[in-house]
This record gives sequence, C-alpha cells and structure tokens, in this order.
Amino acid sequence: MTDLYTDGNALAGPLREIFAVDVTAATSQCASCGQAGPVATLRVYDHAPGLVARCPGCEEVVLRLVRGPSAAWLDMRGAVFLRVPL
Amino acid sequence: MARTALPGRLTWRVARLIEARDETPTARTLVLDVPGWPGHLAGQHVDVRLTADDGYTAQRSYSIAAPADGDRVELTVQRVPDGEVSPYLTEVFSKGDPVEMRGPVGGWFVWRPADTAPVLLVAGGSGIVPLMAMVRARRAAGSRVPFRLIYSVRTPSDVYYADELRRRARDDGGLDVTYAYTRAVPEGWREPPRRLGVAAVNTAGWPPDLEPACFVCGPTGFVEAVADILVALGHDPRRVRTERFGPTAGPAESPTASTAESPEANPASAAKRPTASPTEGPTAEPAPGPKEARP
Repeated sequence: MTDLYTDGNALAGPLREIFAVDVTAATSQCASCGQAGPVATLRVYDHAPGLVARCPGCEEVVLRLVRGPSAAWLDMRGAVFLRVPL
Repeated sequence: MARTALPGRLTWRVARLIEARDETPTARTLVLDVPGWPGHLAGQHVDVRLTADDGYTAQRSYSIAAPADGDRVELTVQRVPDGEVSPYLTEVFSKGDPVEMRGPVGGWFVWRPADTAPVLLVAGGSGIVPLMAMVRARRAAGSRVPFRLIYSVRTPSDVYYADELRRRARDDGGLDVTYAYTRAVPEGWREPPRRLGVAAVNTAGWPPDLEPACFVCGPTGFVEAVADILVALGHDPRRVRTERFGPTAGPAESPTASTAESPEANPASAAKRPTASPTEGPTAEPAPGPKEARP
C-alpha cells in the first residue's frame, strides 16, 4: 500500500499559500510518538478531501489541511512544535 | 475571492507556452514564459491549475526540470492515462496558450550550487525531472562537486533527456550516469532487466564515508526501497532526501527491496502529486507527479 501516499513535499504549495516561509523544510515533532523530522518527510494522503499528513514513525496524524472556497483549515493538533529555519 | 497581495505570498501567475519538446512517446517538456518569475532552486516544483469553461478546476504539482533562467520555467510532464491534467498538457496545450502556475515551492528537496558534499541522485522513471534540474544547475554554476546519477527506467525508450544525458556524461567533468533497466535492456547490455538493488546502488553510488548528499525521487515504493538500501549501506538517513510521486503507472519500477504493492511505478514526475482540495474537484489521476502521479 506504499503507493497510496506521497510525502510532505506535496504540502509545499498548499502551505505556502498560508505561510510566508517554506514549511516543508521545517522540523515537526509528532505529538503521538515524539519523532521529529522535516515536514517534507511526513506521509501525505491526498485522496481524501484535503491533505492528511501522518508521522512516518507511528502513522498518527500530524497535520491536516483543507482548502475551502474562502478559507483554509489547518489542524496541527498532532504536532508538538514546528521549528522553522530562519 | 479578492486577496491582498502581500509580498512573499504565493499567488497564481499566468504562464504561456513558448516551446515544447517530446522526451518520450508519452512525456513532453514544456518551456514556459512566466512574467515576473522570482527564480527557483534545483529540485523545487510548481503547482499548475487548469480551469474548464464551467469553472471546474484541476491542480497538479510538477517538478521544474531546469535551473532558473529569467522568466523561463521548464517542466517535463508525463502523460497519465485518463488523467485530468497531463493529457491536456502533453497533447493539446500549444504555443502561446496560457496556464495558471504558482511557485516555486518546496525548500527541502533542493540542491544549491554552494553545497560542497558529493551528490548521489537516484531517479525512478519521471523522478528524473528534479534531479535533471540539479545536474543542469551544477553545470550552469560551474560547480565541481562530483555527481553520480542512477536512473531506473523500464526500457531504453523511457529515458528522458537521453541525448543530453549522454552528452553530459561525456562532457560534464565529475558527472557519472548509470542506468538500471527493469523491463527491457539496450542491445548488448551487460545484464538482463532487473530492478535496482543493493549491489547496483553500492557500486554506482558513493561510499557512506564520503558523506554524500543523496536525493531520491520517483514513485513511493521506489523511493522507500532505495532510501532503505542507502541507509542499510550506511548512509545517514539525514543525508537521504526523498520526494515521492505517490501512486502511479509508468516507466519506473520499484526496486528489489521494495515492499510496494504497485509495481507500476509512476512515470510522471510530472504527474507527481495531485493535490486535490475540496474546491478543486476530485483528482482522478493516480498521481505521481513528481505529481499527477507528481516530481
């Protein structure tokens, strides 16, 4: 089933629409298992409405992003932090 | 939807086709003019959006194939059968036609000419696209950093940029190119078709002691298998950067160590990842893409 997902690189455009910096190069820590790594390495499932990014270590949801006609919904409850290189 | 144009905010631009080249019977390079293009790094990608007369839109990500050159942006798009976007871009889209584009995006899977570590590039099918941008950027910048490229394809006719790679392997000092054929080999090839395995990566890659920067791009199964091989060979996972196209159907195939269930790796780098958002309709494509199937 590995081909059912892509990776956090695919979040670059959708997140860049919201943030002024590239978030895919940022480090996130999974709230479930504690694994930290670049957002670009998250497993991204893009077949559902919106984008669901899961931890490559434990498969728990780290981030969800849904783009509606007039707003974007970003759910980051699965991330402890984002460390953004500046 | 009026949006305030803030500096740094990602916005859609209109790109026009100025030149197209066929790379294979199913892949086409598009040279686009994008007025005001801010430049990009090798490895970055763009999002492309098509809008139908009825307002329906479809969006895909495509890797940029060449280094920054003014307002010119080159993409190579793999046609995905039954796709929503790639058949249009590869068969209908003509000189002078407009398309919406935003980018560049992605700041992790990139190579900068100032980087000094040796580089290993491993491409599966259309995963060659962002890696080709790195090969071209190296030469354009006069970098002497040694590059090794391992390019896995189904058959010799699936090789993108075939003539240019042959020429560069000869002329670009410090660039080595190795091919792995998974279904059919050229005449007189040294071995039967086989998937990329540990031995091949070990032989054609760099020893881990040299601490090379590794870039792996292709269908998800291919990428994960190659990344596993590199780590097993002793490469630090932090130096192995990956970009997955997702599901696909195309010229690349999963390497031997792959656990992928889909052997049809995706060609589409181009078609990398279809990024569907609810307002943009379903993405029917199996996505690679570097993004329609994405890459």
